[in-house]
Amino acid sequence: MSNFFNKSDLTRQDADKIVSETLNNCDDGELYLEESKSESILLDDNKIKRSNYSSDLGFGFRAISNEVVAYSYSNEISKDSLKNSSENLKSTLKSIKGTYNHEIPKSNKKFYEDINPIEQKTLDSKLEVLNKVNDFLRKKDGSVKQVTASFAGEQKSIEIIRSGGEALTDVRPLIRFNVSVMLEKNGRKETGVYGIGGRQSYDDYLKNDNWKNVCEEAFRIASVNLESKPAPAGEMKVVLGPGWPAILIHEAIGHGLEGDFNRKKTSAFHDLIGEKVASEGVTIIDDGTIDNRRGSLTIDDEGTPTERTVLIENGILKNFMQDRHNGRLMNTRSTGSGRRENYRHIVLPRMRNTMMLSGNQTQDEMIKSVDKGIFAVSFGGGQVDITSGKFVFNCTEAYEINNGKIGSPIKGATLIGDGPSILKEVSMVGNDMMLDPGIGTCGKAGQGVPVGVAQPSILIDKMTVGGTKL
Amino acid sequence: MVKDQEFLKSKASYCLDLAKKMGATDASVTVGHSISETVNFRNKSLEASDRSDGLALSIETYLGKRRSSISSSNLLDENIKTLIEKCFETTKITPEDEFNSLPDKNLLAKKISSLNLYDETRFENDKKIKYLNDLEESTSSNNQIINTESSFTENKSNFILANSDGFCDGYKTSSFTASCVAVAKDENSMERDYEFSSKRHLSDIKQATDLGNKAAKQTIRKLSPKKIGSEKISIIFDKRISKGMLSVFASAISASAIARGTSFLKDKIDEQVFANSINVIDKPDIIKGMGSQNFDSEGVNSNTLQLIENGILKNYFVDTYNGKKLNLKSNGRSGGTTNLYFEKGNITYEDLMKKNSRSLYITETIGHGSNIVTGDYSVGATGFLVEDGEFKYPVNEITIAGNFKDMFRNIILANDLEFEYSVNSPTMMIEGMTVAGK
Repeated sequence: MSNFFNKSDLTRQDADKIVSETLNNCDDGELYLEESKSESILLDDNKIKRSNYSSDLGFGFRAISNEVVAYSYSNEISKDSLKNSSENLKSTLKSIKGTYNHEIPKSNKKFYEDINPIEQKTLDSKLEVLNKVNDFLRKKDGSVKQVTASFAGEQKSIEIIRSGGEALTDVRPLIRFNVSVMLEKNGRKETGVYGIGGRQSYDDYLKNDNWKNVCEEAFRIASVNLESKPAPAGEMKVVLGPGWPAILIHEAIGHGLEGDFNRKKTSAFHDLIGEKVASEGVTIIDDGTIDNRRGSLTIDDEGTPTERTVLIENGILKNFMQDRHNGRLMNTRSTGSGRRENYRHIVLPRMRNTMMLSGNQTQDEMIKSVDKGIFAVSFGGGQVDITSGKFVFNCTEAYEINNGKIGSPIKGATLIGDGPSILKEVSMVGNDMMLDPGIGTCGKAGQGVPVGVAQPSILIDKMTVGGTKL
Repeated sequence: MVKDQEFLKSKASYCLDLAKKMGATDASVTVGHSISETVNFRNKSLEASDRSDGLALSIETYLGKRRSSISSSNLLDENIKTLIEKCFETTKITPEDEFNSLPDKNLLAKKISSLNLYDETRFENDKKIKYLNDLEESTSSNNQIINTESSFTENKSNFILANSDGFCDGYKTSSFTASCVAVAKDENSMERDYEFSSKRHLSDIKQATDLGNKAAKQTIRKLSPKKIGSEKISIIFDKRISKGMLSVFASAISASAIARGTSFLKDKIDEQVFANSINVIDKPDIIKGMGSQNFDSEGVNSNTLQLIENGILKNYFVDTYNGKKLNLKSNGRSGGTTNLYFEKGNITYEDLMKKNSRSLYITETIGHGSNIVTGDYSVGATGFLVEDGEFKYPVNEITIAGNFKDMFRNIILANDLEFEYSVNSPTMMIEGMTVAGK
């Protein structure tokens, strides 16, 4: 745990006093202190290309009255700097008065250990793994023309100080291991990417030579794509595989269920609570409480313990995801979804691990039921227009389905759909729910935060596939 | 106030001296300071204010051909010392790479000419509020607009780049950015669109009322969209999308993509990659330019580069490391492009719109559907169906797809180039792309 009060002339008593005095006439707000240590090590083109270590320290001071949020940050933790921020907040809110809300729920559950993954594995042994990855893939097949492998590790310590002196702390480890391989055969080049990670030590993920499985998977995806044909264009049936393809859920409806867009009524879902938005059998939750997952948090960035929030239950829209600010303005409570990239950014309601729960059909049944369509197994990124509800995601491994049978692999294509109606097109939900491998980062308003997704196989009756073959 | 050169220089030389003392054979350091103030408005009232004040330090240490780096926001001498020790310890055990080195001394920038990139005008938050109020008044005076969100950001930055070969220089830059996102609604749909203006100097920012009105008009015209069928059709890309094609082109000709062999434009120097009429230029010395620079992130002098001449690829964007790998000299593009643009075409916007009796005009794309290894392109799109040069109706929930190799050869550019951003393109037409819809 970081001690933020031995770094300069700022004592905890000073900080408490400035915080209480600044937030006295506000509805909410806090001082957020953060220290992060991170590393990134990259092997590329047969060499260790980068080995970077960074340390970051700073605070963000927030005051909220009514609908107005004033925010000020600095990376100088000192009495003067905090006083300057306080003056800055007061000048924005000078004419707006509120009543401070002291209520913040407590929990002593923890979803990961207080470890520093960077220090738990020596640099030498990390370099050794990266070199083994490179040798393994290049020896595996003559078509391997490029290998990139990387480690990213982080330990982030935060402390939240609220008016009245209440303090909440969390220490968050996070790691990611990634392999990308490019193959070339008969003049064609294709790439395959795979990664793993979460909130444990590197070795928890790498034990039993697990790095080999990551290499095999990246190689397999690239090999499939070397044989790919142009993708079809137009509306058709789509079977999604389990796990990572759940970024469809994240883009199509997850963002639209974040509190801020609904308070502002700019989300296509804002007036649909209690309405049927998905087929029967579709249940979607956003869960911050799964042990060691990339999207899990013991407390969110406002100090609220995270929870398992039911968003859609058997087709009916139940809840939005809220931070304290949007929850208060919508007369509800925070769901522990208030997150920020770091102290430089304001808190926004964000997803954690967004999951569609299992139904009782099999992937086989789905494929057999399709005359003409595609089977999408893996994806790159996605994006959504919250207001129109239109969303896209990019296939990185997909196949044609003809007469109930999986056919040739097809080239990467964008799939586009309409968020509020897509879940009504779900006609089968599989019994094979799977978590993603722990690699997702979600972007919103210029802030990236780690997230997770999960889903079973699903059959969507109608979606537009953006290929080139008419 | 943003920290002055003297303060940044003293930190930079402290770092270099320390690295040398520990035994580093070479080192380079960047120290920067940036202050930003943003005011956010929503539906004609203040929503948020945000002030940021940040120092940033990054150091690279070399031991012969070994290299590693650290970065930090904590500039206390004690912390810097700990970090440089850690950096140098890491350098010692990082494997050698024959291409690691500081840039060639004779390529370093020598004369720094003023590009007028800094406007010291302080635009107080009260004035930002007045601007945003005027802006949102004009946006929401348009019927059907149900939500407006706008912001004004003022940024002042200063930096010093120094290395152990004696390079030590930097300069202040400023930027002012106003933006507006509007939401419109009718009985069939709800749509969003935006407009923004970003400049080095405050006086060049668009009028609040013009910006607000434009955001409203662009949003309202998208209401009640239709989905069209799947077909081959000529696509007209609005300037805000056509400039994205240049960004894809730039990443495909970066020396790193070429050296790694992961670009569809590898080994295409002196070959035809665009239509004959196309010229692409990267010009670092535009006065007040959003992408202008005196030198790149390694201190290398950057001159105007012609990337495409009459459709033929002439240059890559080269930095020191990848340049050595490719046996090319750095052309001052470590850190990317400067002010990149297509030279204007010779057909008017009106004639381009009328060139085909039926075409699709794209105003927004979503998704990350550009693959620079294969050149494949597939994105979600929003726009308008054009018949006989006129917008007929808005279109959405479609995708457009093709391959850049074919698309680049079929580009026709209008003559409406303007220098608004760091990447600029005229309106563009590409014939024969695939639309997937119904």
